[in-house]
Amino acid sequence: MLKDILKILENDARTTDKQIATMTGMPVAEVNKVIKQAEKERIILKYKTVVNWDRLEGDEQVWALIEVKVKPEPEVGFDSIAGRIALFEQVRSLFLASGTYDLLVVVVGKSEHKVADFVSQNLAHIEGVQGTVTHFVLKRYKDDGEILEGGEGVKRQPVIL
Amino acid sequence: MSAKEPGQTQKHKIISDRANQLSPSGIRKFFDLLANMDGVISLGVGEPDYATPWHISEAAVKSLEKGYTMYTSNSGMPELREETAKHLKEKYNIEYDPYGEILMTVGVSEALDLAMRAIINPGDEVIMPDPHYVAYDSCVILAGGKPVMVPTNQKNNFEVEAKDIEARITKKTKAILIGYPANPTGAVMEKQKLLDIAGVARRHHLTVISDEIYARLTYGVEHTCFASLPGVRENTILLGGFSKAYAMTGWRIGYAVAPKEIIAAMTKIHQYTIMSAPTPAQVAAIEALKTGEPDVVEMVEDYNRRRKVIVKGLNDIGLPCFEPKGAFYAFPSIKVTGMNSEEFSERLLTEEKVAVVPGSAFGECGEGYVRCCYATSLAEIEEALTRMGRFVKKYKK
Repeated sequence: MLKDILKILENDARTTDKQIATMTGMPVAEVNKVIKQAEKERIILKYKTVVNWDRLEGDEQVWALIEVKVKPEPEVGFDSIAGRIALFEQVRSLFLASGTYDLLVVVVGKSEHKVADFVSQNLAHIEGVQGTVTHFVLKRYKDDGEILEGGEGVKRQPVIL
Repeated sequence: MSAKEPGQTQKHKIISDRANQLSPSGIRKFFDLLANMDGVISLGVGEPDYATPWHISEAAVKSLEKGYTMYTSNSGMPELREETAKHLKEKYNIEYDPYGEILMTVGVSEALDLAMRAIINPGDEVIMPDPHYVAYDSCVILAGGKPVMVPTNQKNNFEVEAKDIEARITKKTKAILIGYPANPTGAVMEKQKLLDIAGVARRHHLTVISDEIYARLTYGVEHTCFASLPGVRENTILLGGFSKAYAMTGWRIGYAVAPKEIIAAMTKIHQYTIMSAPTPAQVAAIEALKTGEPDVVEMVEDYNRRRKVIVKGLNDIGLPCFEPKGAFYAFPSIKVTGMNSEEFSERLLTEEKVAVVPGSAFGECGEGYVRCCYATSLAEIEEALTRMGRFVKKYKK
């Protein structure tokens, strides 16, 4: 039942407990309890909105994907450095990846300048960081599972049958 | 220029009696109305609101790039027939020979037309439930036959009873046409009731055409494939397709499976009228059968959530609605308003901008009901329910 609820909320976080109760056939109180428990266990982390900031003039965002090469620390490996990088509010996502680099950092800033500052003044100075390669994002097509442009609407014709 | 204007008399000379015999769609005018209105929530359209899963579409795109743009075999691509046979075996444990017992068609619509034309002689009667999908009686008429209605009702969850079918059998009866899960009611049939119908068909040597286009869309119940029942194989034509389960309505691809003799007759008509089903659609259908199962499961889960919301919502606003366990339709009674279904639908559209389909479009027994398709977003369903609630409150007798 938890899985059903999570699927509903992942698709639309504004779905009310009452609506979920109707959709799943569970009592409202039970839905509420399951959600509260999931929040407590950090299965549900947060309820957010997918915003396309690019549609707001003057509020466009600059995104960058930064490859980071790291010297792992004894015992804790990459976790301690990653933990430090994650603390920066500019960091939207952070992954440990296989391949030619170790960490992939997704950074969002107001301008290219601000992103560059973050790399040179913050990221590069963290102990253990051996090198960075910054890729500025030219265009976002899909984010958080949502297609940003042209994905809207059902293309149905008013047929009957 | 001829002095003669093509008047009514002239028109009747041009148009065949058979075409004139088809009832004009009573729904057409709603959709003309609808086309000129803004802000309408439509619960009228009987198709998934999903686009076809991309990997299925992509298979067709790739085939076009490779130049698969020619006709296929009249019966359809061998691989598609084989996959269809495999699918039917896996799902319903029935065995059909992909080489002779399966025909790929332009949707179930074509398959239905072929089936009727292949078995009906002038004056033959075909028994079918009322209400039923709008093409059922028309296809029988086009084939020169006569549709015979068996009333079904909300008390029986719109399931057709074998004894009611048997009571309508005459010397001219040729076939029984059923379609469960049902459009427009969302009804499904209990296995025992299907077995009873199979018994009637066997006793009276009737062919059963079972339209199972909604087979994959059932909620909390297992679909029973009519062809899987004991002893029916020889006189059953099973119709199925991809439109509803895989959200592929626009591709126009379906199939008929039946014993060799019947499929041979249907193929003959098919080859003279259609040639072969669209090639890109056949490629997409192969992909759907091979890898589309998770998509079906996901979509069915989603329809089920919306189903629960709309059924509860309709009952809450005072439109009694039995629990539809299949397809994606709810079929509430609108009798509390004192309106007939056409008036209800028209006024609901003009006053509250919600489009539903009058039940009377699906047969006399659909009068007093409207068909609401819940294959639309939850937000729209909820807004539609709010508007309908307001409407019902205003007119409730």
